[in-house]
Amino acid sequence: MTGETRSPGRLIVDRETKPHMPPYLKLRHDAGRGRWVLLAPERILTPDQTAVAVLQLCDGKRTVEEIAAKLAEEYSAPADVITADVLDLLQGLADKGYIKG
Amino acid sequence: MTEELRTDEHFRSVTVDDEPTAGVVGGEDEAAELCARAPVGLLAELTHRCPLQCPYCSNPVELEGVKNELSTEEWCSVMRQAGEMGILQVHLSGGEPTARKDLEDIVKAASEAGLYSNLITAAVTLKRDRLENLQKLGLDHVQISFQDVDPEGAEKIGAYPGATQKKLEVARWVTEMGLPLTINAPIHRHNIHNVPRYIDMSVELGAQRLEIAHAQYYGWAFLNRAALIPTYEETLASIDCVEAARERLKGVLTIDMVVPDYYAKRPKPCMGGWGKGFMNITPAGKVLPCHAAESIPELAFDNVRDRKLLDIWMNSDAFNAFRGTDWMKEPCRSCAFKDIDYGGCRCQAMAMTKDPRNTDPACALSPYHNEMVKLAKDEAAKPATAFVYRNPRNAAAALKSKEEPLVPAE
Repeated sequence: MTGETRSPGRLIVDRETKPHMPPYLKLRHDAGRGRWVLLAPERILTPDQTAVAVLQLCDGKRTVEEIAAKLAEEYSAPADVITADVLDLLQGLADKGYIKG
Repeated sequence: MTEELRTDEHFRSVTVDDEPTAGVVGGEDEAAELCARAPVGLLAELTHRCPLQCPYCSNPVELEGVKNELSTEEWCSVMRQAGEMGILQVHLSGGEPTARKDLEDIVKAASEAGLYSNLITAAVTLKRDRLENLQKLGLDHVQISFQDVDPEGAEKIGAYPGATQKKLEVARWVTEMGLPLTINAPIHRHNIHNVPRYIDMSVELGAQRLEIAHAQYYGWAFLNRAALIPTYEETLASIDCVEAARERLKGVLTIDMVVPDYYAKRPKPCMGGWGKGFMNITPAGKVLPCHAAESIPELAFDNVRDRKLLDIWMNSDAFNAFRGTDWMKEPCRSCAFKDIDYGGCRCQAMAMTKDPRNTDPACALSPYHNEMVKLAKDEAAKPATAFVYRNPRNAAAALKSKEEPLVPAE
């Protein structure tokens, strides 16, 4: 990736990162609407199935590599493709302050 | 609330919901379909009592007395009903919500109902053990207002001695306890030069989020507009400063900004549309489509003491009055943006033109727009007037006086 700046405190997610959701981020099932929601201060996000699957594995113990390997096995998909997707998704969330490493 | 409605590949950000909920059954026609979308946010104004007297307070000028406030059980019932009908977030506000001795019961009920709870507090009377207890009971997020970053300025605005030191102390407890912290910065001509320092302070305190909330000129702020409104140039500079900081502080601090729409060309999609994503409950239990809705005299509001929350949301006259676009007049009715900004804000149309069905004068297509901009620029160019502090005595005086409406362009 080009043009990446490392501002103070910004998490750059890589394969070794052990991502976790900060306690103020709540991943909840919205039963009335039959979907998942991510609740944050003054924010409501509706993650798709892929994002939910990734977030549920972000326990602060698994590395991005391990998360991707697990998903690759589950979905019978190539690990390097999954790893790239997971990195993208988590970096986006980290930049909103929703993922810590 | 945020203006952010961007679409990511895997995440959609929701401010207004388009998904009907199981708790709400929609019909075939368009009106029923609109009603079927349960709100996602609830602002619970638990009390109008407040130790501060900020002249831009978002409460109505006519403050509610303590004897009319909902009981503990009534608020707890509201929280349960909110959870059942699909509301996701509740903002516990006021006045000062910690003035309610039963805040603990209300937070517990909100948490049990599955609501993401946000305490919006001035923090000057909050004790650490109480905050710890609220966290244990399920409180999710704390928002603290800072009237200024300069303690002297803050004291002049809020009329509460020693406020800043106390707020800083509480803000540090919040982050120490691992709760997310939002700093609320109400912006106007007396502190607009301090926007950069608000940003620095938020980072130093470890806040997740900063609200640069330019005063919105309703109620108390409308009375105090000439004392508060910044110049066009100051406003632009503050916006530039925030946009630069957002880039620099990506992943560190989220900055939301509410801009003063007197200087806008397009109106804000107020509340994301009337009766579309949001509801507000007053200390006495009246259910409003927005916190300023009582300024529209033709509307009558239902009370949670008399009707179920869901019934009020779907069927009450006040919520249906400006739902959708059928109520619109020109130039809104034939406008390409009518489903995007909903004609702006009904309360601002009321305040400035005396007809809530008019286009919000913040819109450049409104015949009142140029006069509104001129009014703002003229007031900002003159020395600030003295504050009319938000207190019951000034409320009584203000309710007696009458404001002249604007005259439309020929």
